[in-house]
Amino acid sequence: MGSRASRLLREEEIEEIKKETGFSHSQITRLYSRFTSLDKGENGTLSREDFQRIPELAINPLGDRIINAFFPEGEDQVNFRGFMRTLAHFRPIEDNEKNKNPSATEPLNSRTNKLLFAFRLYDLDRDDKISRDELLQVLRMMVGVNISDEQLGSIADRTIQEADTNGDSCISFNEFIKASFVVNIHICTVVLVLVNI
Amino acid sequence: MIDAENPQSCQNSWATLRIERGAKEKNHLLYKPYSNGRIIEPTSLEEEIKEIRRSGSNKDLDSATEFELSDIFYFARRGVESIMDDEVTKRFSAEELESWNLLTRSNYNFHYISLRLTVLWGLGLLIRYGFLLPLRVTLAFTGVGLLVFLTSVVGLLPNGRMKNFLSEKVHLMCYRICVRALTAIITYHDSENKPKNGGICVANHTSPIDVIILASDGCYAMVGQIHGGLMGVIQRSMVKACPHIWFERSEVKDRHLVAKRLSDHVEDKSKLPILIFPEGTCINNTSVMMFKKGSFEIGATVYPVAIKYDPRFGDAFWNSSKFGMVSYLLRMMSSWAIVCSVWYLPPMSREEGEDAVQFANRVKAAIARQGGLVDLLWDGGLKRAKVKDTFKEEQQKLYSKMLVGTQEDRSRS
Repeated sequence: MGSRASRLLREEEIEEIKKETGFSHSQITRLYSRFTSLDKGENGTLSREDFQRIPELAINPLGDRIINAFFPEGEDQVNFRGFMRTLAHFRPIEDNEKNKNPSATEPLNSRTNKLLFAFRLYDLDRDDKISRDELLQVLRMMVGVNISDEQLGSIADRTIQEADTNGDSCISFNEFIKASFVVNIHICTVVLVLVNI
Repeated sequence: MIDAENPQSCQNSWATLRIERGAKEKNHLLYKPYSNGRIIEPTSLEEEIKEIRRSGSNKDLDSATEFELSDIFYFARRGVESIMDDEVTKRFSAEELESWNLLTRSNYNFHYISLRLTVLWGLGLLIRYGFLLPLRVTLAFTGVGLLVFLTSVVGLLPNGRMKNFLSEKVHLMCYRICVRALTAIITYHDSENKPKNGGICVANHTSPIDVIILASDGCYAMVGQIHGGLMGVIQRSMVKACPHIWFERSEVKDRHLVAKRLSDHVEDKSKLPILIFPEGTCINNTSVMMFKKGSFEIGATVYPVAIKYDPRFGDAFWNSSKFGMVSYLLRMMSSWAIVCSVWYLPPMSREEGEDAVQFANRVKAAIARQGGLVDLLWDGGLKRAKVKDTFKEEQQKLYSKMLVGTQEDRSRS
């Protein structure tokens, strides 16, 4: 017959994920069924191919970078906890969270962590700096073959010039935060169309 | 579940209408031949990125830079949204039910709830496997056996009215036995629109049972590839009694040959209407995916039919990567019942200035609307194949236009 959920999520695990990511109980179970439906090999982890099977992701120009964000350095499989941890960056910030104890650990979907997620999309070699080369490569992914090397180069130069404040021709995370100007962070959240929440 | 999908379906049809209207205005060929014609919402990419820039930037937007680091958020968000839920992959596995229908196969994330439920389930198991299944299997064998035997007998008669009459009776009778074998409870709507000779009947495809359901209410000429084994025996005997269109495996690839045989068939008004499933593959009955344009190029009248199954009694979707034909049929025969509705829609023809792909999409939209299904432009072939790079390239092109377009304006000023 073939069971779909090769194992059900235990209550303690749901609680732990809830604490770590801030998703609600029903959101976690829903995303767990999503995880298992993507897991074609039914071994409890997702590989890069599992992600690439999603057509809408495969046609995203930055699809590969986004998929990469789920996998820790040097690993090829991501389990459900890692999956949720990455998705948590895109959870909307609820109003009641803003008043929470400021000395508590920063939630995964805080403004800074959202910007860190975006920063890592650019930072290909994970050395905490965006070099001109890396920026060029990511730009090339976004525009395909439609813009010439010179034009793209000048766009990259201009961007680095505007953002770089300490003159090292790279963009550090702090420079990135200042340069992104994204005040309305709700732009970086996803609408979770989940039924019965 | 349907509620969650309605926003998407509205978005899809709205976007289709907008793009189609825009294309008509510019007289563009919107759907390139041999492409999947997927909507990449061109206007929304630009608008959303502009909104991201606007929401944060304290620069004057009229002198906007071509590129902002924050542009990446648009792609990141779209990507993560599609990871959380996408429109396509869920069409290739059985629909989730809101509440359990006492079949283990529909047991999706439901765990042990109460003793009473387990007892009910056990009772159901007994009834289904002990009583219903043997009964249905007997009926199935009878139906198929009679079909093969009687069509061969009818095939011995000389061609003429008597043969057609008998062939019709034989086919209908055997299909009705098969319907009983599955305990299919079918409601036919709008029978006045039933397909007539010389036309092509198109329907959405969920399982091989669709054929039995439609053929038990009317006579059709089937189209398909000739198989070996039992299937091949059935096909060969059927074609003795009345002309069906079976292709050899090698002929299937030859589009011209296929088109020629189909158009020859429809021109002969004495021949039965052709039954075709343009999706080309089984979809899980929550949506209608891209129709292959081959049948819409022929120029015959198209009779659309919408088939919608009620999943509470038994899920009819055939997940061919998970189950073979035999285990699928056994599952069907051990469900409670197959309940479905069939709507015969009014006939449609290709209009002036409409090409085959647009016509196919129009028919698809009508079927989706009637059956309460989501209308998607994605290709059902994505079940097995990878998506084409052209869609990624389209997005890249749109984004580049945003960047470079601004520069052109600036160099002009």
